[in-house]
Amino acid sequence: MSTASAATQTSPPSPGPSPVETPVRRFVRAFAEDRVAVLGFALFSLIVLLAVFAPFITPQNPYDLAKVDLMDSRLPPGEQTGDGYTVWLGTDGVGRDLYSGILYGLRISLTVGALSGLIAASLGMSVGLFAAYAGGRIETVIMRIVDLQLSLPAILIALILVAALGKGVDKIIIALVVVQWAYYARTVRASALVERRKEYVEAAQSLGLSSAAIVFRHIMPNCLAPVIVIFTVQTAHAISLEATLSFLGVGLPQTEPSLGVLIANGFQYMLSGRYWISSFPGLALLLTIVSINLMGDRIRDVLNPRLEK
Amino acid sequence: MLSFLIRRVGQALLVIVAMVLIVFFGVHVIGDPIWMLISPEMDQQAIAQTAAALGLDKPIWEQLLYFLRGLAVGDLGRSFVHGEPAIQLILSRMPATLELAVVALLMAVLIGLPLGLYAGLNPDSPVSRTIMASSILGFSLPTFWVGLMLIMFFSVMLGWLPATGRGAPQSVLGFETSLLTAQGWAFIALPALNLALLKISLIIRLARAGTREVILTDYVKFARAKGLSRQRIVQVHVLKNIMIPIVTVLGLEFGSLMAFSVVTETIFSWPGMGKLLLEAIQRLDRPVIVASIMVVVILFVLINLVVDILYSVLDPRVRLTEARA
Amino acid sequence: MSASSEPLLKVTDLATHFITRAGTVKAVDGVSFEVARGEVLGLVGESGSGKSVTGYSILGLVDPPGQIVSGSIRLSGRELAGLDDEAMRSIRGREIAMIFQDPMMTLNPVLRIDTQMIEAILAHERVSERAARDRAVEALQKVGIPSPRERLEAYPHQFSGGMRQRVAIAIALLNRPSLIVADEPTTALDVTIQSQILAEMQALCRDTGTALIWITHDLTVIAGLAQQVAVMYAGRIVERAGVDAVLDAPRHPYTEGLLGSLPSAATPGEPLRQIPGSTPSLGRLPPGCAFSPRCAYATAQCRTEAPEVSGQTLGGGVERQFRCHHPLQEPSR
Repeated sequence: MSTASAATQTSPPSPGPSPVETPVRRFVRAFAEDRVAVLGFALFSLIVLLAVFAPFITPQNPYDLAKVDLMDSRLPPGEQTGDGYTVWLGTDGVGRDLYSGILYGLRISLTVGALSGLIAASLGMSVGLFAAYAGGRIETVIMRIVDLQLSLPAILIALILVAALGKGVDKIIIALVVVQWAYYARTVRASALVERRKEYVEAAQSLGLSSAAIVFRHIMPNCLAPVIVIFTVQTAHAISLEATLSFLGVGLPQTEPSLGVLIANGFQYMLSGRYWISSFPGLALLLTIVSINLMGDRIRDVLNPRLEK
Repeated sequence: MLSFLIRRVGQALLVIVAMVLIVFFGVHVIGDPIWMLISPEMDQQAIAQTAAALGLDKPIWEQLLYFLRGLAVGDLGRSFVHGEPAIQLILSRMPATLELAVVALLMAVLIGLPLGLYAGLNPDSPVSRTIMASSILGFSLPTFWVGLMLIMFFSVMLGWLPATGRGAPQSVLGFETSLLTAQGWAFIALPALNLALLKISLIIRLARAGTREVILTDYVKFARAKGLSRQRIVQVHVLKNIMIPIVTVLGLEFGSLMAFSVVTETIFSWPGMGKLLLEAIQRLDRPVIVASIMVVVILFVLINLVVDILYSVLDPRVRLTEARA
Repeated sequence: MSASSEPLLKVTDLATHFITRAGTVKAVDGVSFEVARGEVLGLVGESGSGKSVTGYSILGLVDPPGQIVSGSIRLSGRELAGLDDEAMRSIRGREIAMIFQDPMMTLNPVLRIDTQMIEAILAHERVSERAARDRAVEALQKVGIPSPRERLEAYPHQFSGGMRQRVAIAIALLNRPSLIVADEPTTALDVTIQSQILAEMQALCRDTGTALIWITHDLTVIAGLAQQVAVMYAGRIVERAGVDAVLDAPRHPYTEGLLGSLPSAATPGEPLRQIPGSTPSLGRLPPGCAFSPRCAYATAQCRTEAPEVSGQTLGGGVERQFRCHHPLQEPSR
């Protein structure tokens, strides 16, 4: 990270010279001190890898209707399908191999979550920076809107939007972005307000730099730390929210089955004992969210002392 | 105090108006609900008649006017699907949702507060560490998944509790409740627990943080110097101080509890407002959607207002400085 | 003050250490003194001298990582150091009471005054609530709070700082303790209130025959109040004697420095005298006498050897003690 604030010595005096430790390396070292967080990171990486390489490691493309056979439906885990391969996690109501379905579903869940998070972060950061730099009545109005939105529960906003916009991947992403941007806006504005008063801003101004340059090249990088913390938690929430909406039937359509859709499809079989159709996608969802949260918790602890200098 | 109230009420009204307009226009964009209720096979006249009967043929501005006029009178239209006045439909389902939310809140406090208190008083014990670790799980698990798991364990596998439905409601002092029978409690147990789990982690964390802070204060040390028993110190001195922020947060979270009841009510077939709203969205029952959202938002705004006032009641410092000023 | 057969409080070689990962801090390291019934002892020292920790040790309120590692604290012959918490609890607030420094934080802000007073009584005696309330009213009256019965129903923040401290004093007196430990009770108050409260406490203790340990950094406060003075430095008592002896003819250079630095001792127009240097960090004490780095009279012996307590018995059974290799000479009168 740039400028004066990050360069101060925070580690205790060590004997003898050591190789230059960039802030990134320092962060990684601090992060790695907590075993549980590292576990979360490992788990999450595994999940991402599985999702990325899904087409190569699954026996079946669950969306290829030619390959899916109704005769294979509702097979319990460990059985063989008509085509001769073992479905380790069973099949769902229409005969899709759950293992394949989960990996493909992960792709959608992760993409939707991450994409909405990134868009919300960019949007929220821009609004927050703008508000902090503009000041005065503009800032007050913007922050009122932000506060207003933050006081309403996410699921309510999402439901209303979905009711208005309808189903579809793009609509869901819009809903998720609307739900998230306000958190970024509020945090970034608070950071920016603090940074604005610091000396390096005065220095930049006295050098005649334009406002845009000051904001984007100087202030913004120093606001990134809280944004990173929020990003992890919010992405987990976004994934959870999308799954919830899909489960309720108002989220992603059947053509883009995220984990939530898979769980919804399996709900009707719960009471008759075919638990695996819902449970395994549910477990995958759970592991994803928990691993992100474990990482996020640790990231927050590591970045916090630096924030409270 | 008065100016504070007026300002808050004014803000609240603004929110409501904004929501009304957003919702109204939003819902009209979904798609023509006419095709949900009227078969395209029918002849034009029948369609026109039904449309007129349901008010779907007027231009949008007229519909808005009718809508606002109806609002003022409390008439939000009739449900396309059920035929009843929307507002009546919602109000008939409200007691069920309120019941669920209140019981869930109570559960969350009864379970979360002692756990958080214990974790705060004995921060290094292995039990405390377990409590804190599991609290991460608490807000990671999506509500609907927890609901599914609860059904799987307690209903399907163990058969202890029913998975769906609500106990027969009875009237008590003008309020409707299903909790007067043991059966009613059996029905509410799982859904309330499902909702409660959301907030338990929050309460545990709040209680623990609050306790650790309060234990270090001078007045607790003074209480010890007076020779008070540890029990008295915890139950009176510590508890009363940590309750204030907890109650405030809980009040605000009550609204989100009611919002999340959409999920819980759907899973457990609990006949409340949430389930009604979801069905309305799925079936494009415009009047009910609009009316539900309105009611929820108003409730929400009211709750926030009440919590603000409650805070000043609970914290004597706030109350009295305002009175003197 | 002539000593009765057994002093009320007898502290012998008290040592309270804080064991942290960064090292052991010897907050109190070998402190001994006695307080007779009804006597006022002034415990004087700068911040970091260990005077507050001494007070807490007497009441058993030292929290981990601190603990009493050795020594004895005898109250009316009964050993307090090492008592389990339950036994200590019945002594606290009844036989020994404590008053803290900051009146703003001593009382619980969300509880009423009557609650906080009545519970102090009920923790030790079985009386009716009405009787306890009457006693509380009486106590408030004694400390000079007007309309006590109404004021009982108030909350702490409705009182000023001085009034709150009076309430704390009233609470301390509620169960008629034989000893009160007051940890800088007037430091946080206005100067005018300070002298008022000082005088009131003195009168109260005299009337009730309660012994008082008054912990302070301010020597002027001690002058009018105490019969006995103990001066602490870096966890040890460096001088202890009757108040007149200490103030008129100090034997320890530190005491001399303290007296000399008082504004009242200064000549107008001249710069105030200070003791050079600063108090050492208790985790890193210098070898030998802890005061030697700052002492004008220090010799090589002072820097290597920690002085033991030397005693001196003046006439009339009055004791005088100090820790110094080269105590100051008594001025010839």
